[in-house]
Amino acid sequence: MSLLLPDAGLLFWMLVAFGIVFLVLYKYGFPVILSMIEKRSRFIDDALRNAHEANEKLAGIERQGEEIVMAAQEEQARILREASAAREQVMKEARKRAEDEAERIIAEARRKISHERDEMLSGMRNDVAELSLAIAEKIVGKELSADGAQQEYIDKLLNEELDKVKEKK
Amino acid sequence: MKRIFYMLLAFALLLSVPARGVAADGSPAHDGVDVKGVIFGHIQDSYEWHLTTIGGKHIAISLPVILYSERTGWEVFSSSVFHENSEYNGFRIAVEGKNEGKIVESDKHGNEVRPLLDISITKTVASVFMTGLLLVVIVLCTARWYRRHDVTKEPPKGFVGVMEMLITMVVDDVIKPNVGSKYRKYAPYLLTLFFFIFLSNLMGLLPLFPGGANVTGNIAVTLALALCTFVAVNFFGNREYYREVFWPDVPLWLKVPVPLMPLIEIFSMFVKPFALTIRLFANILAGHTALLAFVSIIFITMSVNVYIGSGMTVVSVFFTIFMNVLELLVAFVQAFVFTMLSSVFIGLSQPEHKAGSH
Repeated sequence: MSLLLPDAGLLFWMLVAFGIVFLVLYKYGFPVILSMIEKRSRFIDDALRNAHEANEKLAGIERQGEEIVMAAQEEQARILREASAAREQVMKEARKRAEDEAERIIAEARRKISHERDEMLSGMRNDVAELSLAIAEKIVGKELSADGAQQEYIDKLLNEELDKVKEKK
Repeated sequence: MKRIFYMLLAFALLLSVPARGVAADGSPAHDGVDVKGVIFGHIQDSYEWHLTTIGGKHIAISLPVILYSERTGWEVFSSSVFHENSEYNGFRIAVEGKNEGKIVESDKHGNEVRPLLDISITKTVASVFMTGLLLVVIVLCTARWYRRHDVTKEPPKGFVGVMEMLITMVVDDVIKPNVGSKYRKYAPYLLTLFFFIFLSNLMGLLPLFPGGANVTGNIAVTLALALCTFVAVNFFGNREYYREVFWPDVPLWLKVPVPLMPLIEIFSMFVKPFALTIRLFANILAGHTALLAFVSIIFITMSVNVYIGSGMTVVSVFFTIFMNVLELLVAFVQAFVFTMLSSVFIGLSQPEHKAGSH
């Protein structure tokens, strides 16, 4: 039964000892530890929050970077497209100009050629007329008067011949 | 493997039956195995710290006896005086009766009475002092670490880390949820309570000198702790708490002609520390008793027959180890429970009146 009866002396010393231990720890022990633990847990919370924010910022920056890269790529594609269009245009124009030039040169050449031929033909006709006259004088034995009537007649004949030659061509 | 063990166990238990039969005949006294004496000698308080007995010679640490008697006034002497002669200055240790094991004197009529005041430094008191000192050293060392280090740069390692883990656990899991918003005010008390009980329980499990005393298994110790909680609850309770005690929110007839509910509330004020006292005391006492009983089995069976004794020793050592490990758990759980119940009681004394909650 004595087990269940608290002993007064022991109770007294227990209260004294526990009281002193409590006061010492209340003054110098636990508040320091608790405040430090809380300080660190606050610090950790802040650090976590900051890390989270930094991560978000980083993600934002990455997104921005990606956007910039995408914009640059689009710009590049656009420039390339424009460049190729311009090139086509330039080439087309150059070709056209070259064609025109060629046509012009050819036309010029043709014109010159026909002009020269005409000149040559008219020269030749004169020569042929004179030759014909000379030959005819010899054949006829008398000097044909070089007046206009014969000359015109020869021209008429020559023109007929020349027309025949041209038709043959 | 398991089956072999059970077979061995069954065999050993079979063998142990005659041992009990012999013990029941009253023979153990002859062989000097007085189990009840051993167990009670351990779990009860004493004026000296008995270490061991070698060759019939008691080796014990003498502790100071401090008495105040109407007959002699204050008396301070060493408990070793009772070794040489059974009586000193009219004081003696009672061997039987209701004061068994306590210092008594004879009054004028020759009756055996306790001195008026007996504040001797008994085994339990000495153990409380040592535990308290150890606790102060441990916590102050931990606090010193925190003072000397920048907590935002490095976490504590080793012992301080363990202390921080325990403190954080008690604060976050027990004190904060139960006490409520004013937990900072009560945290040092509740932490002291937790560590004091935990350390005392652990010291009680050590078989050698600084430990081994049955501190938290002594009802005076647990009563003192419960009284501290009683003070914390009732002296620091707020107005709302006392309104709920004396004028609870119940139908009027329950409190006006006969203050039925207030009586119940006041009764519960005293039941709470009582429950705290008994819970811790009974748990630790039972643990110590069971451990000692298992160890004693070896000596009982050995005194009967050396073969039975050998068989039982295996079983007994196994159970003792099992009990010791269990007691480690109990040491923690009981400290935890005491702290938790104290937190709950303190939390109940801090009700925050919420409009419309009734």
